[in-house]
Amino acid sequence: MAEKHEIRMMTPATMVVIALMVLAFAVAIYRLVNGLGAATNLSDDWPWGLWIGMDVLGGVAMAAGGFMIASAVYVFNIKKYRTIVRPAVLTAFIGYLLAIMALFLDIGHPLRLWHPAVMWQINSIMFIVAIHVILYTTVLAMEFSPMIFEKLKMQGALRFMQKIMVPVVIFGVLLSILHQSSLGALYLLVPAKMSPLWYTTSLPMLFLVSALMMGFSMVSFESIVSSKAFKHSVPLDVLQGLARGSIVVIAVYLIWKLWLLATGPGIGAAFDGSLEANMYLLEMAAGAIIPLVMLSMKSIRTTQSGIFKVNILVILGVVLNRLNVALFGLYRDAVNQGTAYFPSWMELALTAGLIALAVFIFKLAAKYLQLFPEAEAEH
Amino acid sequence: MGKGVLVDLTKCIGCRGCQIACKEWNERSVKKTAMLGTYTNPPALNSECYTHIRFYEHEQDGPPVWSFVKYQCLHCEHPACAASCPVKALAKTRNGPVTYDYDRCIGCRYCMVACPFHVPKYEWESTRPWVQKCTFCSERIKDDMVPACIKTCPTGTMVYGERKEMLAEGQRRIADAPGKYVNHIYGEKEAGGTSWMYISAVPLEKTGFNMHIASMPLPDLTWAYIAKIPAVAGIVIAGGALSWVITRRNNQGKGE
Repeated sequence: MAEKHEIRMMTPATMVVIALMVLAFAVAIYRLVNGLGAATNLSDDWPWGLWIGMDVLGGVAMAAGGFMIASAVYVFNIKKYRTIVRPAVLTAFIGYLLAIMALFLDIGHPLRLWHPAVMWQINSIMFIVAIHVILYTTVLAMEFSPMIFEKLKMQGALRFMQKIMVPVVIFGVLLSILHQSSLGALYLLVPAKMSPLWYTTSLPMLFLVSALMMGFSMVSFESIVSSKAFKHSVPLDVLQGLARGSIVVIAVYLIWKLWLLATGPGIGAAFDGSLEANMYLLEMAAGAIIPLVMLSMKSIRTTQSGIFKVNILVILGVVLNRLNVALFGLYRDAVNQGTAYFPSWMELALTAGLIALAVFIFKLAAKYLQLFPEAEAEH
Repeated sequence: MGKGVLVDLTKCIGCRGCQIACKEWNERSVKKTAMLGTYTNPPALNSECYTHIRFYEHEQDGPPVWSFVKYQCLHCEHPACAASCPVKALAKTRNGPVTYDYDRCIGCRYCMVACPFHVPKYEWESTRPWVQKCTFCSERIKDDMVPACIKTCPTGTMVYGERKEMLAEGQRRIADAPGKYVNHIYGEKEAGGTSWMYISAVPLEKTGFNMHIASMPLPDLTWAYIAKIPAVAGIVIAGGALSWVITRRNNQGKGE
């Protein structure tokens, strides 16, 4: 294997990451031993909380870059994105593994996580979601496996994976499209509960389009971060290409959301000063309006530092959208029933620990696997 | 045809006998409650309480008037909870009750999110938690017995029989006493219709009924999405295969 820049494991940042992971592990054990009521602030009025809103909905959205870049490279053969296909696939794989961990801890009977695989209920969006999680995690494992086979020098397995990669990737694209949209479709059942700022029968498509926004920004973001952390360079034209993609999807998303606002609850509903309205404005400003304005400036969309700032805004904005749909959009209805919700420290600690685990796995992969093949060749 | 119940709220005296009968038949324990300035106790349904009486006091030109509302699962004709459940733990039976299968439930709680009436409750304190809600005494109905709460009611507030007949009975009562009732049978159309239906002399929105529930079966909303999946699958797989073939041919044309 070619000489690699040495990645040091025991940096102060990694120590923080490990501390967060240890804390989250303790919280997970506590939740399994003492139950959901002891570990979380969930209640009859708040059956779903931070773990579903952030870890599952947000985590899956963050994984969208995986199918986007994989299809660009393997199906459409756009060569310049080859440098980033491996980190993108790895991020998606980690995202799904973490979502499964969060689901495992969130459901009341963790050891029954497998039930949907055998007890089918095709009318249920949750069933559709469960099947997609299972299938797509398998697909991601296959897309990721060449990195392992290379490391282990298993040439036969490697050749076999290369042979079947294109159909696997196409299947992965299908599963991703359906999975991203079905997470939005979960909320189609609650027209009487959700604020009209978010409720629309277009929720599945909005989830898909915002996941694409997230995908472009997430891939670009992690490319820049890892290039700094692991001391290799990322080609600027790759970042600019991702930014051009962002402009198109964000523009589509913004126009669609504004049209839905105007024809639904009315523009005024976003400015009535209520908690929901303010959260809506924050989400739209961070995730769509400011990024689009910034990307319209040449000095921003053509430079790494400019693109980096846009990425952060879009990622925050889309995560905020998921939290808004899962929590703030249902806030009024739940409070009318009796109680408000703020996550317990253990819910927050577990979420922080899962993010830390994602960073840690990524770093391990960067150190021990061939994560950035093209950049490697340049050195 | 499924069974149904007509609750005539003008007849309820708020004795809460139904609450006790329900607890006894279903072997529910109690949860400690606190004084909240209302007679409604417990203040909301919970995992140990399948039904309760809600007390509402209003001033209507003259002395205060009390309304008592018996509340429990409405047993929708097209239940959102059953459509939401990924493992068929919740299902609408032919007799009318929406029943829960402990052996299937994974505890995802999507039913609680989905229910427009805030009915399913959870055993949060337990390490083996179950979803709990009114069973419509499905075991009693199976044996041709009347549900426990209805059997115990001293004033005949609830009439039990075939749903279609109960709906006709509600319409008859409203027609026979002009001006007595609000002209609305709650549950006739709400969420596509429910097995339990209410008639009232007091405007329903003043006694906690959500009047914003669409009259369509809620599962139609998610089925519209699910029904499109085969078409999407076909398009993506065909499109993906086609673009791969075209890309490969173009590359070969370039001599790669």
